[in-house]
Amino acid sequence: MARELYSLTIHELSALLLARTVSAVEALESVISRIEAVDGRVHAYISPTFDFARSQAQAADQRIARGDGGPLTGVPLAIKDILCTEGIRTTCGSRILENFVPPYDATVIGKLKAGGAVFTGKTSMDEFAMGSSNETAYFGAVHNPWDLDRVPGGSSGGSAAAVAADECIAALGTDTGGSIRQPASLCGVVGLKPTYGRVSRFGLIAFASSLDQIGPITKDVEDAAILLSCISGHDSKDSTSIKRHAPDYTRALKKDVNGLRLGIPKEYFIEGLDPQVEKAVREAIDLLKAQGAEIVPVSLPHTEYAVAVYYLIAPAEACSNLARYDGVKYGYRCSQPGNLREMYEQSRSEGFGPEVKRRIMLGTYALSAGYYDAYYKKASQVRTLIRRDFMEAFKTCDLIVTPTAPAPAFKLGEKLSDPLSMYLSDIFTIPTNLAGLPGISLPCGFSEGGLPIGLQIIGNLFAEEQVLHCAYCYEQSTPWHRRKPSLA
Amino acid sequence: MKITIKDVAHVAALARLQFKEDELEAMTAQLNGILDSFDKLQTVDTTGVEPSTHAVDVSNAFRDDRVRPSLTPEAALANAPEAEEGCFKVPRIIEV
Repeated sequence: MARELYSLTIHELSALLLARTVSAVEALESVISRIEAVDGRVHAYISPTFDFARSQAQAADQRIARGDGGPLTGVPLAIKDILCTEGIRTTCGSRILENFVPPYDATVIGKLKAGGAVFTGKTSMDEFAMGSSNETAYFGAVHNPWDLDRVPGGSSGGSAAAVAADECIAALGTDTGGSIRQPASLCGVVGLKPTYGRVSRFGLIAFASSLDQIGPITKDVEDAAILLSCISGHDSKDSTSIKRHAPDYTRALKKDVNGLRLGIPKEYFIEGLDPQVEKAVREAIDLLKAQGAEIVPVSLPHTEYAVAVYYLIAPAEACSNLARYDGVKYGYRCSQPGNLREMYEQSRSEGFGPEVKRRIMLGTYALSAGYYDAYYKKASQVRTLIRRDFMEAFKTCDLIVTPTAPAPAFKLGEKLSDPLSMYLSDIFTIPTNLAGLPGISLPCGFSEGGLPIGLQIIGNLFAEEQVLHCAYCYEQSTPWHRRKPSLA
Repeated sequence: MKITIKDVAHVAALARLQFKEDELEAMTAQLNGILDSFDKLQTVDTTGVEPSTHAVDVSNAFRDDRVRPSLTPEAALANAPEAEEGCFKVPRIIEV
């Protein structure tokens, strides 16, 4: 039996579209039927945009007929609901933006439109991307396609679940402390966080501006390279975007790791790491070694401080970024405020959920008079030490290989009442954000209970090509990325 | 205890957030738990270490001061909870 179109990767579908074996309209209808069949159980989408997608698919077919199609023309993609889409509601998973319709597109959205991609809808996420389980989403939790009683990870949980459940061909997510890689790991798909500054943040609703990056969540490594090639590059609308040539990343996908030096940091194989995760990651390292990679022990001694550094810096930046939600220019306003101050306080208190409030409070405290030096400044100094650890390690290795998450997907509700234990889900992904480095998560096995396990490969600044190269080598000699959830 | 319920109420006022009494108590307990776990940061010797405000060193990004297309007043006001005569409308600010 021929494979359903919705189950294909970008490169598989694109080959059929460009050869005009199938039309973009047919591909889209296949994905829509899949969403209608399974999203009632997964809840990956906040706002499906099928009518808009149908007009995009028709335009894509005309473009392909003119001989003007590219690798994303006619490909149905899901977009995390943190990226502004002109004329399409963008909620950021929050009540405070429940009715916000952006008057412009994020730069990445403009690039995907220019490439002829089709948008199936906006995916669910933790409120303002603050969470590791997708449970802080105002519009309801997403369910992991591999076990519907478990979380998909977060904050890009909707995008990762949509890719895993074949409710799109690929998706965009964002990653501030692991929000692409951790849900990719928990959902058994590929997620890539690019180097800070590689992809424009214009139109990305800000959480922590020195950490946020947009990146692909895909069914395989080649697709991650294709999507990254489309969205990266300098943008004068983002002052932190880097003026640097963005290559065609698909050219980095070589099937040979000979001589590549892989650093294994002992600080990532610690007590509390699930034994099944450790076993799968060690087997992956052995496989890469057997393929010709050189294994180098490295040390990242300040790793144990990364979670504390992150949960001071990210909330500090967030409390400043979220000051804009005041009930004046856009977003939720409380009813009948007595005066201006009451309007600010009531609108914010009714519009934000508990985790967002907790982080605003933490950040405001860390920045407040008398505590700034002890918290924010100290954290920023230790951030320098964490960056130096990586720079030191990259003197003896090309890439660093670790687990993505300390354990497979946990149960819905399991960590919701314990913020600290939730924060520790990002223990292995946070350091790369603090240092601005690129990192990928890809499937490297399954637990005895059938839950996916993710392998993380971290590169030096702007070394996405090496990261993709190593990930591709591993993936091409393993079966994990081809496994699909039964959704029973 | 690093932070008292009075501190939390003060920070809430700075952040323009309102909490009920029981929410303030819960927030105080949670913030204390989180801040206690961050204590180990104080053990790191950071003498002479420059703070990082960004992961990648970037200097100011300049561009020519030219007029470019931007939002129309209608588009800019389209999401406003309340607007009048091309302005965002808010409750009275000056008491008379």
